[in-house]
Amino acid sequence: MRHVGDPIAAVVAETYEAARDAAEAVVLDIDELPAVIDMKKAVAPDAPLVHEDIGSNLCYDWGFVEENKAAVDAAFEKADHVTTLELVNNRLIPNAMEPRVAVGDYARATGDHTLYTTSQNPHVIRLLMGAFVLGIPEHKLRVVAPDVGGGFGSKIFHYAEEAFVTFAAKALNRPVKWTCQRSESFVSDAHGRDHVTKIQLALDKDGHFQALRTETYANMGAYLSTFAPSVPTWLHGTLMAGNYRTPLIYVNVKAVFTNTVPVDAYRGAGRPEATYQLERVIDKAAREMGIDPLEIRRKNFVTEFPYQTPVAVVYDTGDYNATMDKLVEIADLAGFEARRAESAKNGLLRGLGVNCYIEACGIAPSHLVGQLGARAGLYESATVRVNATGSISVMTGSHSHGQGHETSFAQVVADMIGIPEDMVEIVHGDTANSPMGMGTYGSRSLAVGGSAMVKATEKIIAKARKIAAHLLEASDADIELKDGKFSVAGTDKSVDWAGVTLAAYVPHNYPLEDLEPGLEEISFYDPSNFTYPAGAYACEVEVDPETGRVRIDRFAAADDFGNIVNPMIVTGQVHGGIGQGVGQALLEGAVYDDNGQLLSGSYMDYAMPRADDLPNYVVDHSCQTPCTHNPLGVKGCGEAGAIGSPPAVVNAVIDALNRGGHKVAHIDMPLSPARVWAAMQG
Amino acid sequence: MYAFEIERPKSLADAVAAIGAEEAQFLGGGQTLIPTLKQRLAAPSKLVSLSGIAELKGLRMDDAGRVCIGGGTTHATVAREAAAHYPALAALAAHIGDPAVRNRGTIGGSLANNDPSACYPAAVLASNATIVTSNREIAADDYFEGMFTTALEDGEIVTEVRFPIPQAANYQKFAQPASRFALVGVFVAKYADGVRVAITGASEQGVFRWSEAEAALSKSFDAAAIKGLAADADGLIGDMHGTPAYRAHLIGVLTGRAVTAAAG
Ligand SMILES: Cc1cc2nc3c(=O)[nH]c(=O)nc-3n(C[C@H](O)[C@H](O)[C@H](O)COP(=O)(O)OP(=O)(O)OC[C@H]3O[C@@H](n4cnc5c(N)ncnc54)[C@H](O)[C@@H]3O)c2cc1C
Repeated sequence: MRHVGDPIAAVVAETYEAARDAAEAVVLDIDELPAVIDMKKAVAPDAPLVHEDIGSNLCYDWGFVEENKAAVDAAFEKADHVTTLELVNNRLIPNAMEPRVAVGDYARATGDHTLYTTSQNPHVIRLLMGAFVLGIPEHKLRVVAPDVGGGFGSKIFHYAEEAFVTFAAKALNRPVKWTCQRSESFVSDAHGRDHVTKIQLALDKDGHFQALRTETYANMGAYLSTFAPSVPTWLHGTLMAGNYRTPLIYVNVKAVFTNTVPVDAYRGAGRPEATYQLERVIDKAAREMGIDPLEIRRKNFVTEFPYQTPVAVVYDTGDYNATMDKLVEIADLAGFEARRAESAKNGLLRGLGVNCYIEACGIAPSHLVGQLGARAGLYESATVRVNATGSISVMTGSHSHGQGHETSFAQVVADMIGIPEDMVEIVHGDTANSPMGMGTYGSRSLAVGGSAMVKATEKIIAKARKIAAHLLEASDADIELKDGKFSVAGTDKSVDWAGVTLAAYVPHNYPLEDLEPGLEEISFYDPSNFTYPAGAYACEVEVDPETGRVRIDRFAAADDFGNIVNPMIVTGQVHGGIGQGVGQALLEGAVYDDNGQLLSGSYMDYAMPRADDLPNYVVDHSCQTPCTHNPLGVKGCGEAGAIGSPPAVVNAVIDALNRGGHKVAHIDMPLSPARVWAAMQG
Repeated sequence: MYAFEIERPKSLADAVAAIGAEEAQFLGGGQTLIPTLKQRLAAPSKLVSLSGIAELKGLRMDDAGRVCIGGGTTHATVAREAAAHYPALAALAAHIGDPAVRNRGTIGGSLANNDPSACYPAAVLASNATIVTSNREIAADDYFEGMFTTALEDGEIVTEVRFPIPQAANYQKFAQPASRFALVGVFVAKYADGVRVAITGASEQGVFRWSEAEAALSKSFDAAAIKGLAADADGLIGDMHGTPAYRAHLIGVLTGRAVTAAAG
């Protein structure tokens, strides 16, 4: 066993109670071996080994971009000012509303396997489990992940229980179901974050960034989970430029095995870790140099696009001054001093934290991530099936587990044709009825999956136009599509949508020699670049100096997500993301003891944010620089809140303490009352 | 859960008779016991539910002017019905857990359990209340015997808790961020014959009285009276939510706040 929660035996029984009784009856003869939890201890010479056969707990040591290193070091030598910050990006335990479930089924007559599972990407599970674990070819394995109750990343990965129920169903020739208890989730769902970082920023005397250097220890846990190595590398190193024109950047990441639950992608995945350290070190530099925190950011903003960062990626578009201006307005920064004075009257320290963020979403351009070392292609697929009477089923490889794809995807297709949204149904989550797709995470679904849908719908419209031209005895160049009706330009001749679709399936009057009947198209879309949502966030807190308790009083988010399809869904995504970010900043944190016991193993000790921990947010996404390389001009909004909010909260608390005369440079998250109070004691 | 029998007696006498069996246990509101059973951390062969016993429920005033609360009375009922007589106690009950917990959980269950972070023990100890059981009466000072330990014997039911009404009182609960039980809770009650201060959440030994503060406040019921007085961090709980030193500090802060609120 390499971590508490590592599965070692399975019991199948007729009833749930009997299975639990039998599991308790399993006697384990376990010799306790020394454990290693702390990453720096894990890479020390005499550390116990998590994997004896590897001979080291160092999984990889990644320098990015290696060729920049010497120049970065040289820039530090001659910088006017260097700010150094050591910090921890706390380990988080994902807590989707629905714990994981898996049901295996097997049909002996046909040899077909079916796995029902709580997955964000059923096709990926089919590929991983079929090809690499059980040796079942894809055409004999169906993976169904219908309505899944939230994921936040934790349901991307392939878990042992999925393989076990599939295997057991065949062995027993009957369905086998497994349901995770919440306390099992704590020790078996992949955790998130857990980076220990030293970051240094070199500046000239006016506060212009000269160079950035970071060294991060990234905890992998006891095994490499599905996407784990990608998170601290190409989802983190590539983001270190942030919104700024730092000419020289060098990122070093040491990935480390420890006797803990595997760590993998969790809402934001690598990008929150990048944003947090960068926005914290900028804040510290501003304080040290006596420069206003907004000013130092504006001085260094990237203002011309496309912008080639020194860390591989090219930002296609953005306007960081616009989101900052919007933030100043919606956060009422002008009223801060008056609010601070009011708080002071009540004996409370008010602080203001501001930061920016950028993320690489629309995951991912396959060629680029391939060059960066990823093993997956991250395109997306869509089949648009127009039925004879004109209704449409869209089969997408994206997966909806709370994001409202059923609404916004339907809007996209319905708008393109000009028919009511209720004529479009979005079908997802079943490998038997949707084309091979990569699933939902990395704020990719609309940018990548939506683009595939647009491409497929364009093909549909092109073909429908030809059918309409035939029906209207006109040339297809003269056919216009508007509000679900095809007409011949400049005439009153027209045929409606259903008239065309019926002709496609009842092709009596149809150009059969030139055109196949039917109306169904598929597209695979591989983006040419990431999308780069960006924004500026502000948080105001009140700190009770007697107890260290932090209360968030105000929170404002000005985001640029490019074009918006459904403003309400976007706002909801930002709200949820900020909730998670505030959770990380103030409340959440996995705590292990030295023997590898998870001390924060239930809601008694692991604090999830609740409604009354959160203020009313002011959320704005009116600043829009459309993405230049996908057909919808959208950028993705699912992770922004979780990426942008932790530094805002921490910056605000540090600001409050400093304004209150406490010279505190940094406190590690979560900023619990006890930690804030301890920091104030010096 | 493991399988168990359940009995639902209608009277106290039947409940006492029913508990006779080996490994039988009372079931109050189930807000502590049911989660324990679900995790298979307890395996009683029989549960004797106290929920159907009318004589264990509700509030009354006795001849000595005490608020007497039946052992089977829910937190929600106390929050509602004690408000007119003992507002600090009602306020405490109103902040236990969430509405579901308050509508099921009972004062008897809370006191029998004596969780070191529970709220009621602080009120009972600071009020010098009397715990009435199916067998006897126990003074608060003799009742709490350390974390999850009380003077109750097997098969003994908390039937009523009698609270003398103070001239002034207040409970300050500083919630542990995850469980929202008391990281530290301080109940201050001022009576004609002196002030009592009971601290919950903080000590390895469970609820206790802070006698130095009591002495100072009995002389002068003002937060200034305990300025500079520090609770001893020795024997206090240290965990991921706070060190013993932090808890000791909170005891001072919260006691001051409780006194100010009570005096105001
Ligand atoms: C989410 C949650 C949050 C909570 N938050 C708080 C909080 O903030 N503060 C706080 O103080 N508590 C809190 N609690 C605990 C709650 O107050 C419980 O209701 C209480 O501790 C137990 O009371 P019960 O009636 O539910 O007892 P049960 O769970 O039914 O029983 C607990 C124990 O007491 C025994 N017992 C029950 N009734 C009697 C009786 N009359 N005589 C003798 N023995 C009896 C049982 O046999 C058992 O051993 C919380 C609980 C939950 C689930």
